[in-house]
Amino acid sequence: MEDTHYVVLKKENFDQFISTLAQKQKLVAPVPKGFKSFAFEPVDSAGQVALKYIPTVLPLKKYFMPQRETLLEYRAGKVMKAEAVVEYEPLTIFGAHTCDLAGIQCLNMVFSERPKDYNYLTRKNKITLIGLECNEYCDAYASCNLVDASFPGGGYDLFFTDLGDDFVVHVNTRAGDEIVASTRSFDKTEPFQLDELRKLRDAKRKIFVNEVPIETKHIPELFDRSFRARAWKDLEARCLACGNCTNVCPTCYCFDIRDELDLTLKNGIRYRVWDSCQLEPFAKVAGGFNFRKERSVRQRHRYYRKFRYPMERFARYFCTGCGRCTRTCMADINLKETLNELLKESEDRVWKRWL
Amino acid sequence: MEKMVIKDSGYKLEKAKILRTKQLTDKEKFFEIALGNGQPLDHEPGQFIMISLLGIGEVPISVASSPSGRDSFDVCVRAVGKVTNALHKLKAGDEIGIRGPYGKGFPTRELQGNDLLIIAGGLGLAPLRSLIHYVLDNRRDFGKVHILLGCKQPKELLFGDELEEWNQRADLYYACTVDRADPDWAGNVGLITTLIPGVDIEPARTFAAVVGPPVMYNFVIKELLSKGIPERQILLSFERNMKCGNGKCGRCQIQNLYCCQDGPVFHYEKIKNLSEAM
Ligand SMILES: Cc1cc2nc3c(=O)[nH]c(=O)nc-3n(C[C@H](O)[C@H](O)[C@H](O)COP(=O)(O)OP(=O)(O)OC[C@H]3O[C@@H](n4cnc5c(N)ncnc54)[C@H](O)[C@@H]3O)c2cc1C
Ligand code: SF4
Ligand code: FES
Repeated sequence: MEDTHYVVLKKENFDQFISTLAQKQKLVAPVPKGFKSFAFEPVDSAGQVALKYIPTVLPLKKYFMPQRETLLEYRAGKVMKAEAVVEYEPLTIFGAHTCDLAGIQCLNMVFSERPKDYNYLTRKNKITLIGLECNEYCDAYASCNLVDASFPGGGYDLFFTDLGDDFVVHVNTRAGDEIVASTRSFDKTEPFQLDELRKLRDAKRKIFVNEVPIETKHIPELFDRSFRARAWKDLEARCLACGNCTNVCPTCYCFDIRDELDLTLKNGIRYRVWDSCQLEPFAKVAGGFNFRKERSVRQRHRYYRKFRYPMERFARYFCTGCGRCTRTCMADINLKETLNELLKESEDRVWKRWL
Repeated sequence: MEKMVIKDSGYKLEKAKILRTKQLTDKEKFFEIALGNGQPLDHEPGQFIMISLLGIGEVPISVASSPSGRDSFDVCVRAVGKVTNALHKLKAGDEIGIRGPYGKGFPTRELQGNDLLIIAGGLGLAPLRSLIHYVLDNRRDFGKVHILLGCKQPKELLFGDELEEWNQRADLYYACTVDRADPDWAGNVGLITTLIPGVDIEPARTFAAVVGPPVMYNFVIKELLSKGIPERQILLSFERNMKCGNGKCGRCQIQNLYCCQDGPVFHYEKIKNLSEAM
């Protein structure tokens, strides 16, 4: 750890830091929303910010890829006129956990793959990201260690670690540097603070272990063996096909594109909205044929899009271990349980081959 | 929220004008279209475009003409829903929006020097017509060319005049069958698979290009394999629900592949183990 890349923010300066940041441009941070729920919302003082929180109901994708966004503005009729537009907002996000930072890294890869999505990329470039370390597990639903998302792995401008009396802050980008310089709230690190950070990370390595008994690098092989697993069939009867799991997933980005005319029936917009592969019509084509008719097949698709397919395209998992899908599912479908069942089934099969 | 116009948006539309239309059957209509900027579409046979009707929506449609020697292009649209029905109401002179071309078409360079067995079921003739016209435009570059056509009933046959011409040409082997004949039909009756055993091909140097409804593929592939055509030389084009064409919206996914970018034309060898493919 190079000290020059670290600075310190004393807790007593935290409020000044937050209010100065909020004056520069819109600032959002996790705020409590009643029983065990949190949401990223605009803040202007430190008192509003939850420093210990379980993953917010909606992930940060709501800022990078809004639930609904205009792609095209037009005048319909005999002579058409259409302009492609992007909606954006300069924004600072404070308090992103490592799982959510990983989620944004996934989306960045998707939308910068050719053909690039300039709507996403334009918006992303206006967003400053400040991370916040989890010193311990948020709750029992998390599986961030399994997918290498429990420790900071880039994807932020500044990264805060709470050491009690102060935050040690990693400065990762020039934008981060500018915040440090312009808010004037930071001090130099003392050697003992970096020592404490190192100790915290060592302690974390003992607490954070793979939440499902499989080595991270072996997950793709597990999925290669599991396409016809019984576990998917078990989900057929349970899943309500509501799409809550994909809505709250930090890396689900499927969308629908729709047109909307105003009351004059002349001016209109084309917009995209979040969509879900769990909904019945998602893969239906004209003529009524549905390429993913059964819920079990749609659930399988969801899991493969997290643990298998992106490995080939992006060389990373698209599950960030945040646990949102499990927390939100009304049918108690549990990601860790599903993985455990796949493991058990595949081990049974391996055993049978030996017996 | 602020808003600005972006030039390089993947959703930007090109203006295009309908030059000519022709009702082909009850459900299918032919359109000749030219881009407003006067440029050719510059597509590969087998690629598709997104056609926009502002205020109504956008649909993926195969280009049905050859890229060679023309500034305009053709499409053939079956009226099945909101956008396609609205398209059918348009006439020459009307304006539409276009994005594309998208996807991977037929690998024409790989096909050169080989014999071709082109198999079209129903509306599958639309994308295959772009390949057939391309092959006819460059006829010398290919070996023997067989065209097999199938559809439900004679009145559903698309491009009737052209079929007659193909039938007459000495440099094409052409056969057609219908599932159900009507009183005027003198040709073959039966599924398209019944035509395959009879074609005289040298399997090792034959590429098959197959487009049709989802149910057709498994049966046709079985026949082609039993004829001895290598898996690598069987090309299929798939239809999926598509919203973006840019490999993002997720609608068209076939396991780890995106039909809109990795396809719609695939080598059978590449997708034969994907259970979501067929
Ligand atoms: C690569 C490709 C090439 C195609 N080429 C042609 C062609 O040359 N000629 C032609 O007539 N048709 C073609 N199609 C099919 C055509 O895109 C659909 O018929 C059309 O999208 C239906 O839209 P709609 O608004 O008229 O129907 P809708 O009112 O939207 O829906 C009617 C039915 O179509 C389904 N559907 C909705 N959107 C799509 C979609 N994007 N793709 C497929 N099904 C959809 C719906 O689930 C519903 O069951 C092609 C499709 C693809 C993917
Ligand atoms: S898994 Fe749960 S949250 Fe997801 S679609 Fe099924 S019932 Fe809804
Ligand atoms: S059509 Fe959107 S991903 Fe293929």
